[in-house]
Amino acid sequence: MNVEVKLFAYFRDNRFKVKNFTFEEAVPVSHVLDHLGINADEVGVTMVNGRHCRLDTHLQPDDSLGIFPMIGGG
Amino acid sequence: MTDKIFRINMTDLTTAIEDVPEGWAAHGGRGLTSTVVAAEVPPLCHPLGPNNKLVIAPGLLSGTAAANSGRISIGAKSPLTGTIKESNAGGTAAQLLARCHCKAIIIEGQPQAGKWYNISISPGAVSINEETETIGKGNFATAEILKNRFEGKPGFIAIGPAGEMKMSAANISVKDPDFRMRSAGRGGLGAVMGSKGVKFISIDPQDGKVEIAEPEAFKEANRVFVKALANHPISQGLGQYGTNVLVNIINESGGLPTKNFTLGQFEGHEKISGETMYERIQERGGKPKHGCHPGCVIQCSQIYNDANNQYKTSGFEYESIWAMGADCCVDDLDQIAEADSIMDDLGIDSIETSVAMGVAMEAGVLEFGDGEGICRILRDEVGKGTGMGRLIGGGAGMVGQIYGVARVPVVKNQAIPAYDPRAIKGIGITYATSTMGADHTMGYSIATNILNVGGSVDPLSKEGQVELSRNLQIATAAIDSTGMCLFIAFAALDDETCLPALIDLINARFGLKLTGDDVVNLGKYILKTEKAFNEAAGFSKQDDRLPEFFSIEKLPPHNVVWDFSGEEIDSFWNF
Repeated sequence: MNVEVKLFAYFRDNRFKVKNFTFEEAVPVSHVLDHLGINADEVGVTMVNGRHCRLDTHLQPDDSLGIFPMIGGG
Repeated sequence: MTDKIFRINMTDLTTAIEDVPEGWAAHGGRGLTSTVVAAEVPPLCHPLGPNNKLVIAPGLLSGTAAANSGRISIGAKSPLTGTIKESNAGGTAAQLLARCHCKAIIIEGQPQAGKWYNISISPGAVSINEETETIGKGNFATAEILKNRFEGKPGFIAIGPAGEMKMSAANISVKDPDFRMRSAGRGGLGAVMGSKGVKFISIDPQDGKVEIAEPEAFKEANRVFVKALANHPISQGLGQYGTNVLVNIINESGGLPTKNFTLGQFEGHEKISGETMYERIQERGGKPKHGCHPGCVIQCSQIYNDANNQYKTSGFEYESIWAMGADCCVDDLDQIAEADSIMDDLGIDSIETSVAMGVAMEAGVLEFGDGEGICRILRDEVGKGTGMGRLIGGGAGMVGQIYGVARVPVVKNQAIPAYDPRAIKGIGITYATSTMGADHTMGYSIATNILNVGGSVDPLSKEGQVELSRNLQIATAAIDSTGMCLFIAFAALDDETCLPALIDLINARFGLKLTGDDVVNLGKYILKTEKAFNEAAGFSKQDDRLPEFFSIEKLPPHNVVWDFSGEEIDSFWNF
């Protein structure tokens, strides 16, 4: 299945802004983090299709996953 | 030397340095400005008439070595909202005023029409002086003149042409360490200062120092406080990307108000994002990190250069970039920077003015996306005080009224900032119930709705939102009394050592024994004092509502509406 992965802030350093991945089966968000070498402790927010999700949320075909470090402003 | 009230009467041009009344002694910042306005300003007065008062107060910790304690609170009855108003800003004024042993400045009365003055403050001395040289000048030209006129490094609080013209969106600018401007932006306080005939206030503390009751305890508390702030990842992100780091995450959540609040995502988000801004600052030899006052360990400001690597703007905030960008559909960061710079020079609120532009675009005054058109209107219309300029400077509600637009994003006539309340419901409760009109900083529910700071709630669900906004508004009112920057709240929500250290700092400064409960009670007292003023000024619970369009127009991509009942909103005040 195809999944779009979007990275933000310093997670983009030496990685990418947006990239499509193909997985053989429905994988949890944590699997994508491991695959990208992103430490889960540094993750602030993950969203699937614009909705917050947990690290054990399983991705569905054609999902768009956004991964953010801890950030804030206002 | 004990702190004093510096009272300035602009009707008869007299000044007095008074003892602090007993009931005011425990207050600072917003708690003090709201207490003074509630005590001395008739709620039904005209905001630009002789009976309104402009109250300027450093916070409880201002002028000390406490990190991030440089915010100054300015209060009055607002010409934009008709409510009580407190707007706070960084810069050096709070620290320098505290070192003048000034608990608050109260400017009252009104001079003869057309007469302009400046006010000088130093320890034990205050004077009113006739002013001509800076009148009609923008903030940047004024800063240049004052740099040459005054010796040393005094602080300045000034208005630009917008304040002189008494526009309802006019702000009050506070000089930072590099002679650039920070703004007490919201609610038109610049117009109140203009109505008092005061162009600027200079603050020279000479060798004045703030006394600390328990210096060792203070030092220890500050050590813990600094550690909590500096170590928090959000503080570090703010240093790198500024507040504009929010564009992409708010866009991703579907809550980035776009095209005058008709869409929740902006196609050009990446081009105006914090990530893009950081890259551009690096390429052009700017500075991603810059502090608006000495002692800030977060440094969310920056130096943004233009395409020729020349200084263009600083304090380039998410709110301004969203408003000129997504809300007006401008995806060119340089045009937004130009508009930001013009607004800083004119001394006008970049949220109110930009949202007013969005409403004007909907009315067909100019096309969505026309960044050059925005800059032209700011420069040639607002800056020159033409009819069109005064209309835009009257705020979003005024533009909607004049052009017959029904989609006008305001609460209590103040423009709604950078988060759509349909897709981020917690912030809608804050907009509706805030004593100041729509203002995200009054109870920043975004932290918990979007950023997973201080827990997490579903931004599309109503559950827990009223209680969240209540707790945040109470805590914020207290923080706004300390002189602390609100960005300490991210660490305070996450790091259990942060808030106790802040209370220890206040206790060590004054030799007190305050507890967490005392701080909560302070916050409650401030909100209730402000609400009582508003009720006496004619406001009721029917004013604590969002504009109708939020309830009847679905916001893409989640296709959601605002669905809180009046009763649910009103339960906010059950404390």
